Amino acid sequence: MDSIQSTAEIEQHPDVALVHSARSGDVQAFETLVRKYDRQIFRIAQHITQNREDAQDVVQDAFLKAYEKLDQFQGNSKFYTWLVRIAVNESLMRLRKRRTGKMVSIDEDVVTEEGSVPRDLADWSPNPEQNYSQTELAEILRKTIQGLPLGFRVVFQLRDVEGMSTEETAETLGLSVPAVKSRLLRARLQLRERLSRYFRKKKAGER
Amino acid sequence: MLDELIDGTLAAETRAQLEEHMHGCEHCEVTLNTTRKTIEIYRSHEVYELPASIRDRLHAAIMARCKNGC
Repeated sequence: MDSIQSTAEIEQHPDVALVHSARSGDVQAFETLVRKYDRQIFRIAQHITQNREDAQDVVQDAFLKAYEKLDQFQGNSKFYTWLVRIAVNESLMRLRKRRTGKMVSIDEDVVTEEGSVPRDLADWSPNPEQNYSQTELAEILRKTIQGLPLGFRVVFQLRDVEGMSTEETAETLGLSVPAVKSRLLRARLQLRERLSRYFRKKKAGER
Repeated sequence: MLDELIDGTLAAETRAQLEEHMHGCEHCEVTLNTTRKTIEIYRSHEVYELPASIRDRLHAAIMARCKNGC
């Protein structure tokens, strides 16, 4: 029953009609898909490569590869999930090129206790982001997430920010569901711990 | 169980028990609230923005290649 329902849901997704049209040569339909997802693909590529030029190249290469392979898109996953998988692979390839000799893998498990036992237990000020300008805040958020291991920051981005399900995240990254859950929890706790430095309530006398 | 509480995937009974515990435990309450806030802040702020000019350039490049059959 579940599988019948989910197939029906996928068939109703507006992307499916666009993919069909693009496959039969309607370039405008593909352009609609590019406009719809380019920002997300750029963000994901930036989180993996941590390099602006590489991320821009990934956007271009991922969409071109998707266009070339449209016939191979089975429709048993969402177009977006399929596209993200292509973008993740392109991003990893770029990262490997830059870091020749260094291990680059989302699957690499990082043993770390950081964040799992909260050290900074101070509560945050109400709306702590209001203490910073938009530019300062973006810089804090960027710096903080960049410090996380690759597998943690990508899982956090896909699952919590881009809103993919645990199963979709696992499928996209080639990880097991328990591995996604464990990375997500550790990513959340580490980010929380690191952001506490900026957002915690100041004690009397502190700046 | 923190992640399940955040994601709302806990059984009602377990959830109720945990929430009761949390009322008396500042440690848990702070951890849960600030972790939720962490997710919310990352969701509502663009960390990496694609500038409009670069976006247009990328679109043009992608579409030019698609029109030529890649």
